[in-house]
Amino acid sequence: MRRTGVFVCHCGINIAGTVDVKKVAKELSTHPNVVHSEDYVYMCSDPGQNLISNAIKQKKLDSVVVACCSPTLHESTFRNCVKSAGVNPFHCEIANIREQCSWVHKEMEKATSKAIKITRSTVEKVTRNEPLEPISVPVTKRALVIGGGIAGIQASLDLANSGFEVVLVERSPSIGGHMIQLSETFPTLDCSQCILTPKMVEVAKHPKIKLMTYSEVQEVSGYVGNFRVKILKKPTYVDPDKCTLCDECTKVCPVVTENEFDLGLTGRRAIYIPFPQAIPASYTLDINSCPGLLPIACGKCADVCEPKAIDYDMKPKIIEMDFGAIIVATGYDLYGKENMAEYGYGKYPDVIDGLQFERLCSASGPTKGKILRPSDHKEPKEVVFIQCVGSRDPEMHCSYCSKICCMYTAKHAMLYKHHVPDGQAYIFYIDIRSGGKGYEEFVQRAVEEDSVLYLRGKVSKIFEERGKIRVWGVDTLSGKDIEIDADMVVLAMAMRPSKGAEELAKKLKIALDKDGFLAEAHPKLRPVESVTSGVFLAGAAQAPKDIPEAVAQASGAASKAIAILSQERLFHSPTVAKVNTNLCTGCGMCVSVCPYEALSLKDGKVEVKEVLCEGCGTCSATCLRAAIQVKNLTPRQVYDMINASLGG
Amino acid sequence: MAFLCKWCSSAGSDLAGVSRMEYPPNAVPITVMCSGSVSPLYIFNAFKRGADGVLVSGCHPGDCHYIKGNYYARRRIALVKKLLEFIGLEPQRFQMSWVSAAEGLKYTQIIKDFVKEIKPLGPQTKLRREK
Repeated sequence: MRRTGVFVCHCGINIAGTVDVKKVAKELSTHPNVVHSEDYVYMCSDPGQNLISNAIKQKKLDSVVVACCSPTLHESTFRNCVKSAGVNPFHCEIANIREQCSWVHKEMEKATSKAIKITRSTVEKVTRNEPLEPISVPVTKRALVIGGGIAGIQASLDLANSGFEVVLVERSPSIGGHMIQLSETFPTLDCSQCILTPKMVEVAKHPKIKLMTYSEVQEVSGYVGNFRVKILKKPTYVDPDKCTLCDECTKVCPVVTENEFDLGLTGRRAIYIPFPQAIPASYTLDINSCPGLLPIACGKCADVCEPKAIDYDMKPKIIEMDFGAIIVATGYDLYGKENMAEYGYGKYPDVIDGLQFERLCSASGPTKGKILRPSDHKEPKEVVFIQCVGSRDPEMHCSYCSKICCMYTAKHAMLYKHHVPDGQAYIFYIDIRSGGKGYEEFVQRAVEEDSVLYLRGKVSKIFEERGKIRVWGVDTLSGKDIEIDADMVVLAMAMRPSKGAEELAKKLKIALDKDGFLAEAHPKLRPVESVTSGVFLAGAAQAPKDIPEAVAQASGAASKAIAILSQERLFHSPTVAKVNTNLCTGCGMCVSVCPYEALSLKDGKVEVKEVLCEGCGTCSATCLRAAIQVKNLTPRQVYDMINASLGG
Repeated sequence: MAFLCKWCSSAGSDLAGVSRMEYPPNAVPITVMCSGSVSPLYIFNAFKRGADGVLVSGCHPGDCHYIKGNYYARRRIALVKKLLEFIGLEPQRFQMSWVSAAEGLKYTQIIKDFVKEIKPLGPQTKLRREK
């Protein structure tokens, strides 16, 4: 027989206003196994907790049920309370009679009756609870950061500067992400490359950071504290240690293909360095555009390479490593041009996107910092900027706001005016969202000092006529139709999660939100954690955000990861699956449904890897013989709860 | 009898409480870890013990806290529903719903509709085992 104590909380009048708490306590006092039952105005207060401790000592209680608010609020309070009084914390359960009863009903009699049922059901559950101890596992003191943009760079540096080993994996040949493509940054007009390259160099030189570029995460197994990750290192066919960056190879390469770094505004060779400050500073041979690795097909680059750095026989490598925590910072892509046919993007060369405009403004860009339009390299005198292209359009495109476009469009118009003082910049907008330190002032500066013309309305059509791009729009403030013969049009395309984020999320067993961004564990209180413990999120992979926000989130994610890596051992909830080997026939049905690969067959019986098990119970509902059950929520307990809930 | 998964539906019903949305007190909740852990036997057992209706509620498909538990629940529940209909139980008495942690109002509406639908059917006696 158990000796259970029931403690009914009034929560002021939150519970007592609709539930007759005295009656609940009285009814429960006659329930089997209950040897003590009382009510109190605030159980969670110190006197309330003392009431519980004293009752445990005086009545020799071995289990406790607290009928109060949702277990998400005070379960740990009461479990700690019973623990300090010498009772196993897993012998304490919460009956939720506030959120699921007193707050949603009005008739006292019915609400009281329901509260009694809920409390009885919880007493039945606790009667069969096992005393459990948290499962403890050692921690691998190394972090994996996926994505080498500003967020990944910041997270890696924070981790490494705290003394932890970091592996930074980036799929392209250099780190830097989209930030390295930008010209200037709002609201200070700092040169983006000037503020990013010192951080990139620091990553490259940091003794605690192992940089793996041109690499991808292939497989992830394990759990918080001990993830095992397979990383695919793609061959660059150039040995960075031997390469002297003499650039002779690109001079002889016969192939010209689109330069990704300039977003197609320039070309590059099949062997290339993405940009002069690339980290690692080395060349990559892109086999998709190279005529062939056989020297018989071409082989010109290897012929001219004096230090013999080019090796056509380089093979992909798979590197397997263990990590204690993972940070995902896979960034964003712009909404594809294939989706924006109405704006002639992809059809007219002088209709470009925001990132292409950044390259046009950039001192390192295709025009060496002169704003010249792509079609004829002439200086555009009338430029139309369009905001919310693909954003805030739930019917056709993305329903969300991409957040950074209002600011970067103001910046673009301003930069344009600085480059072409006699030109005119027009901005079509729906609303201006300039929340942020110094942001509103920046937009005002664009209007007042640089005479940027803001037009509130959407553009309906863009087409080419007599060498100009005609923009049809409307100014909803004056109610007038607007027609502009522009020389160039810049579209502030929506931000989207980067390509491959979905597959990566599957590998990491983390969730995506409705728009495909990585989902945080709680929108307000756990913004850098994913739903999988030990996997954290940073940067635009989680939601559209600007540089300061991405950096802040990266530092947040790093400190969350440090909280794990700085532990010697981690504790895992012990409410995991347990196999009754006498009943298990080794059919393996549970093994195939387990979402965490926590189950395996060994000698014809199922074995539970406790640290992997999250206790979901899918196995238990699948087993035909009730041979596998989750501790402290066994079918037997559920039957007893059903019985109690339905009135005995 | 309402089987609510801990992460979405139970949290959703908590939200209904926090928002003080009112609904009939007829459904007694049991919080389970995942809708995927609701064995058909729990459902039959509840009817056997005299439940007039049984609701299983989990996270929206694709949003399961345990990645795919609610997909298993969905398949299993579809079979249970067919079986219950086959043995002559009014189909309204057994329902499955998807309620996220943010959908307090939806939970309220589901309970209201459920109670309204099964009230005219009277007490469930088909599967009830007399004591």
